[in-house]
Amino acid sequence: MEENKGASACGSHGCSHSNGGCGEKFLNPTPMLDELEKGPWPSFVSGFKTLAERTKKPMLRGVMDQLEYSYNTKMGYWKGGLVTVDGYGAGVITRYSMIKDKIPEAAEFHTMRIQPPPGLHYNTAMLRELCDIWEEYGSGMLTLHGQTGDIMLQGIDEANVQECFDKLNEKGWDLGGAGAGMRTAVSCAGPARCEQACYDNLELHLHALRHFVGQLHRPEWNYKIKFKFSGCPNDCTNAIMRSDLAVIGTWKDAIQVDEVAVKEWIEEKGVDALVNQVINLCPTRAISLEDGGMKIDTRDCVRCMHCLNAMPKALSPGKERGISLLMGGKNTLKVGVNMGSLIIPFMKMETEEDREKFMELVEEIIDWWDDNGLDHERIGETIERVGLRQFLDGVGLDVDINQVSRPRDNPYFKAKY
Amino acid sequence: MNIMSSPERTWKTIESGPHTYKEALHPVVINNYGKWKYHEIPRPGVLKHVGESGDTLFTVRAGTPRQDTVDMVRQLCDIADRYCDGHLRFTVRNNVEFLTPNGENVEPMIRDLEAMGFPVGGAGNCVSSVSHTQGWLHCDIPATDASGVVKSMMDTLYNEFKHMEMPNKVRLSTSCCSINCGGQADIAVVVKHTRPPRINHDHLSMICELPKAVARCPVAAIRPTVVNGKRSLMVDEAKCICCGACFGACPAMEINHPEHSKFAIWVGGKNSNARSKPSTMSIVAHNLPNNPPRWPEVTDAVGRILTAYKAGGRPWERVGEWINRIGWKRFFEETGLTFDEDMIDSYRHARTTFNQSAHVRF
Ligand code: HEM
Ligand code: SF4
Ligand code: SF4
Ligand code: SF4
Ligand code: SF4
Repeated sequence: MEENKGASACGSHGCSHSNGGCGEKFLNPTPMLDELEKGPWPSFVSGFKTLAERTKKPMLRGVMDQLEYSYNTKMGYWKGGLVTVDGYGAGVITRYSMIKDKIPEAAEFHTMRIQPPPGLHYNTAMLRELCDIWEEYGSGMLTLHGQTGDIMLQGIDEANVQECFDKLNEKGWDLGGAGAGMRTAVSCAGPARCEQACYDNLELHLHALRHFVGQLHRPEWNYKIKFKFSGCPNDCTNAIMRSDLAVIGTWKDAIQVDEVAVKEWIEEKGVDALVNQVINLCPTRAISLEDGGMKIDTRDCVRCMHCLNAMPKALSPGKERGISLLMGGKNTLKVGVNMGSLIIPFMKMETEEDREKFMELVEEIIDWWDDNGLDHERIGETIERVGLRQFLDGVGLDVDINQVSRPRDNPYFKAKY
Repeated sequence: MNIMSSPERTWKTIESGPHTYKEALHPVVINNYGKWKYHEIPRPGVLKHVGESGDTLFTVRAGTPRQDTVDMVRQLCDIADRYCDGHLRFTVRNNVEFLTPNGENVEPMIRDLEAMGFPVGGAGNCVSSVSHTQGWLHCDIPATDASGVVKSMMDTLYNEFKHMEMPNKVRLSTSCCSINCGGQADIAVVVKHTRPPRINHDHLSMICELPKAVARCPVAAIRPTVVNGKRSLMVDEAKCICCGACFGACPAMEINHPEHSKFAIWVGGKNSNARSKPSTMSIVAHNLPNNPPRWPEVTDAVGRILTAYKAGGRPWERVGEWINRIGWKRFFEETGLTFDEDMIDSYRHARTTFNQSAHVRF
């Protein structure tokens, strides 16, 4: 039934026949979207068109028509619903068209969230398998990667979801999170390709998400909760801002200094650069100029990463490495942006036991939130409402001066008497 | 829950979680895992990592549209097969990275990528790709299209992606509603509704769990009422801050509007801990029209900010750090943007944004 689609759709959508493509082109004219084929940056519109003309999937023509319609009316036309796979309560984001009477081919365009490998490291065999399955069952359109950290396979009919999932699952792919449960996590490149990585975030990511796999597929908490794993305080995954549980690599002892490399750096860039671009930019003035070189007072260093970024060859994180845990990052909805704040200054994260210990702690934390949180309340909001001190008490964590930027500035509390 | 239950299914689900990663790592990566010593950026878009072992690994980074297709992913795989023994990765800002120990592969790989239309860059002190959201293409609550805004912006910033001429990294984001999935960034382009939701009462009485929408409102502007004999809701428009939170809970709270849903531009967000602590963004422009397909007003405002920052920022200063030094007054002067009364915070913790000092800039 596919061979005549081009011609019939052309008539029904009132194609102008002006560019001579009618009868040959599968897609309907999309003059607004075509404007986005201009310019040097790679165009998603060109990509969609190539895919649609090659595969002639009606769904792709439908979604292009609906997008063109949105560009004209400046409104969106998708609504949600519920589609899932056997045994799961989340992972498929349902999209039904609100204008399917106008554009029947766009009627259904669901997304399957797929958890990528930690650190977004792939080999081509994995990606090709994914592409082949997705082309067979879905639209062939995908996002690498969504803001949730998932591979977003965009555009599938409800009827194909289960079989597509089964095929993907056979190849080691699983659905990502959605709803009020554990969500898909995000990791930076980590020790695989970064000299700053202070722990094996890829391994912890895999461990943690397998640990909570049930709560990811069958959400039943107050609201969503997200891990992000950054190898160091550069926080390339934006964990502090964007995750409830931000696991950031850090170190306890002195920054490792390669004196020869320091000398070379100064010879190449000069003492002015050392002063203006390294010493003066240390947030705690932990670095001083000494005999034409640099001296770092470890007690004053807050592990911000600046000097290590500026002199990557000369400086490296210390040897006693582990993680800091920050909690409570979230975006605008609804109390406004919240940064995560420091909860655990340091934890070792080298062995399987370290990872297990960490998982036990996270279990405690989530239990507390499950008991004390309100509906649709992220854990940072619960902590803010109930009190950081009450949270620490509830979970059995030690109070630590690193948890605050300074002691309270008001006297309104009830002390022991 | 299992509305899709299919009796003839033969496959038994393995709840495996994330795909495993070890088989994805290049042998040189495995040999130097956790033992990299340093890296340098020999040219824009190329990283050279050196291990304690003396091994080197080259990374070629290229921009992608993020809204990809299987055809495009297969093209990227062809490059990885040709030059990288089949290994590649992605960054959280939608750049693709090709990893090879073979330095001779770098130049031909760059040529091939550029010939396919993938710009090589995005490393070091440049404008990297935009962290963006779904928009009209695929979200159920968007007021605009994110992919189109990003394409329009990156067309104008193409050279800034490919060269390293900024004082430090520039991270951009766009979001198609105020939930701001795109996140905090040096410069962010985020939808700002200007008109309270109009309630679709017929729709609402059919679908909405009333208490959910009421509870979602941060300023308690939604109240139960009765319309045409049916339970419904009303919005106190004087109180409403046009956040759109209710629309996410209930599609009958129609806040999107072709003219009244506008764009705002925010600056100074920073996620890294380097130097200053991570910081949230401040609004510096709003009421920009939602103007598809190329959003010229938005790209113009972003361009002005970047031009001023590029000219005035000192080495290592991120946009927010640059503004901290020169002050907001000069920021507005140098970008030609206008500070107005709506930019004075009126929400929770507003006072923390007031100037509680006698520090004044003239
Ligand atoms: C218009 C007036 C008031 C409003 C809207 C109001 C609202 C509230 C709210 C929303 C809570 C928090 C409930 C929760 O989080 O579970 C609360 C708690 C409370 N309110 Fe009121 N309140 C009002 C007046 C008063 C007055 C006049 C008093 C005492 C003279 C009072 C004493 C308390 C106490 C003792 C709590 C419990 C605090 C706690 O458990 O930490 N309230 N109120
Ligand atoms: S967060 Fe740190 S370890 Fe991870 S990629 Fe960024 S700089 Fe490297
Ligand atoms: S890491 Fe940051 S705080 Fe520590 S010495 Fe370097 S610049 Fe200073
Ligand atoms: S920013 Fe808002 S509209 Fe855009 S994808 Fe996220 S939730 Fe949807
Ligand atoms: S838009 Fe925001 S403030 Fe206005 S009624 Fe809805 S939730 Fe309340």
